[in-house]
Amino acid sequence: MSKTHLELTQVGISFPTPKGPFCALQDVNLKIKQGEFVSLIGHSGCGKSTVLNIVAGLYQATTGGVVLNGREVNEPGPERAVVFQNHSLLPWLSAYQNVELAVKRVFGRSKSRAEMREWIEHNLELVQMGHALHKKPDEISGGMKQRVGIARALAMEPQVLLMDEPFGALDALTRAHLQDSLMDIQAELGNTVIMITHDVDEAVLLSDRIVMMTNGPAASIGEILDVDLPRPRDRLALADNADYNHYRSAVLRFLYEKQRKVEPISAKRSAKSSEKSKTHHVA
Amino acid sequence: MNPAIAIKQKWDTARFGKAEAQALFKALLIPAVGLLLFLGVWHLGAQQVDTSLGQFPGPVEVKEQWNNLLAEHRAENEREAAFYERQDARNEKKLAKDPNAEVRWREHNRRPTFFDQIITSLITVMTGFFLATAIAIPLGICIGLSNTAYRALNPIIQIFKPVSPLAWLPLVTMVVSAVYVSDDPMLAKSFITSVVTVTLCCLWPTMINTAVGVASINQDLQNVSRVLRLGWFTHVKTIVLPSAIPMMFTGLRLSLGIAWMVLIAAEMLAQNPGLGKFVWDEFQNGSSNSLGRICVAVLMIGFIGFLLDRALLLLQSWVNWDKSAVVR
Ligand SMILES: Nc1ncnc2c1ncn2[C@@H]1O[C@H](COP(=O)(O)OP(=O)(O)OP(=O)(O)O)[C@@H](O)[C@H]1O
Ligand SMILES: [Mg+2]
Repeated sequence: MSKTHLELTQVGISFPTPKGPFCALQDVNLKIKQGEFVSLIGHSGCGKSTVLNIVAGLYQATTGGVVLNGREVNEPGPERAVVFQNHSLLPWLSAYQNVELAVKRVFGRSKSRAEMREWIEHNLELVQMGHALHKKPDEISGGMKQRVGIARALAMEPQVLLMDEPFGALDALTRAHLQDSLMDIQAELGNTVIMITHDVDEAVLLSDRIVMMTNGPAASIGEILDVDLPRPRDRLALADNADYNHYRSAVLRFLYEKQRKVEPISAKRSAKSSEKSKTHHVA
Repeated sequence: MNPAIAIKQKWDTARFGKAEAQALFKALLIPAVGLLLFLGVWHLGAQQVDTSLGQFPGPVEVKEQWNNLLAEHRAENEREAAFYERQDARNEKKLAKDPNAEVRWREHNRRPTFFDQIITSLITVMTGFFLATAIAIPLGICIGLSNTAYRALNPIIQIFKPVSPLAWLPLVTMVVSAVYVSDDPMLAKSFITSVVTVTLCCLWPTMINTAVGVASINQDLQNVSRVLRLGWFTHVKTIVLPSAIPMMFTGLRLSLGIAWMVLIAAEMLAQNPGLGKFVWDEFQNGSSNSLGRICVAVLMIGFIGFLLDRALLLLQSWVNWDKSAVVR
């Protein structure tokens, strides 16, 4: 449990753009233990998805690298399942078939047909999609698509589960339910999770550590907060917990004082109105 | 039932009827009006044109020629039936007299009618089109998937794509005569020439559109494939092909349209059997009926082209995963 499982060393990446290379990340260092739940939090566009994609192997870091279980990561693989920010379901396959594609790839040899079928249905029921197994992505809502994407990743039983704002498109009730399921599943399977989120409560409730990122360009890790709350965690009990509220305000302070990004609304407004008058002129 | 509700329902069904009537009006009446206008303009315009073969045929004369062509077809069928009947009777008689007699069965030497030519053209165009599809789709997929293949093949495609069928025809004719030599050819040389010309001309739109469709696959879906480490074959089958299908069909429809146009031109030029030869023969024939018969052929060519396109659309709506996609 204490041994380093996943390690990011001096990770940096720059994207080639027409205006020259754009340095999105620099000097990202992070050690994650087996079975740890880590949240990445930061303002929009700071580079959270980029970090996740580098761990997934979808992007190649320009400097530094990622090591998983003593082996360098330089290509994607099913042991690092990804829940994509925009669900990324194949539109021509039903929910069931989308999960099936992943399950066949991972368990094609070890599970029988009937077992696979049961496993797919079990995972879809876990995200409460049992009633819409055979619907195509076009026929279900955004939140439902996201849930199928989560089921697809969970069904792969990955060593590392990478989730890019998995609950962003969900309503509060479903989100709470899935957060609870995720905690249960993770406690049971003990897989490592890296989750990107914008939701401070979610980060504190689920994580062992919260990694707070500075604003880009050349974003890096600003602070790391250890969340030392006993598990299993209960959202209702935690609401009045002093530690919980302390962690929560620490994250909020980081986001809105130290890494403040939003300009005062009045400034925005005047900028907007001047823009408007400009467009009027053109028209 | 509450009478107010009953009245409301009646009112609703009445309104529904009205909407339906409007839809019917839009679907049938407006196109009909367009068609009538066209016939009127044609009728009036034709009266103004005097050709060396007489007045240009109007709709009425063309209808007459259509009837003539039908009658000729029936007459030819009867002649053929009569021929075989006579032959059967003759041979039976011979066999009745002497069971060991040598009997000869001869093929009727049928003079191809307008409708025979249609069938010939359809068989030719479908063969050429299928051949082109069988080449273009695999190649298109390779070009779309591999930058190297794209770079290698792009100049060739760009140069051959605009070549007119009329330029291909002499080359194809000579090559087919040189290469396709056999004492008892299963397929006529003229058929092979037409098919190859059609294939060469209609290869390109399918190939290019397939390649573009394959190359523009959503990056997120490719990421899914990479995370799952799908094998090449599974990747093509589950990710590449479905996402390229709409573009592929755009290409196929363009190709089939070109194939049909090219075929008619090739048949005219090379005197290969088919609708094109029918038109050319009538033109050479130069009787007072010829122009009317050519008009029938022109309308028929257009109509068949339309049907071919519809057939592909039907196939597309059947194959395409996106049932909600509006295809027109
Ligand atoms: N392929 C790319 N090419 C060029 N620039 C990129 C590319 N991908 C990301 N970037 C840039 O890198 C920065 C970080 O992007 P990233 O998608 O990681 O942000 P994020 O933190 O996930 O934002 P959000 O919370 O809105 O999803 C952005 O400024 C973005 O413009
Ligand atoms: Mg992102």
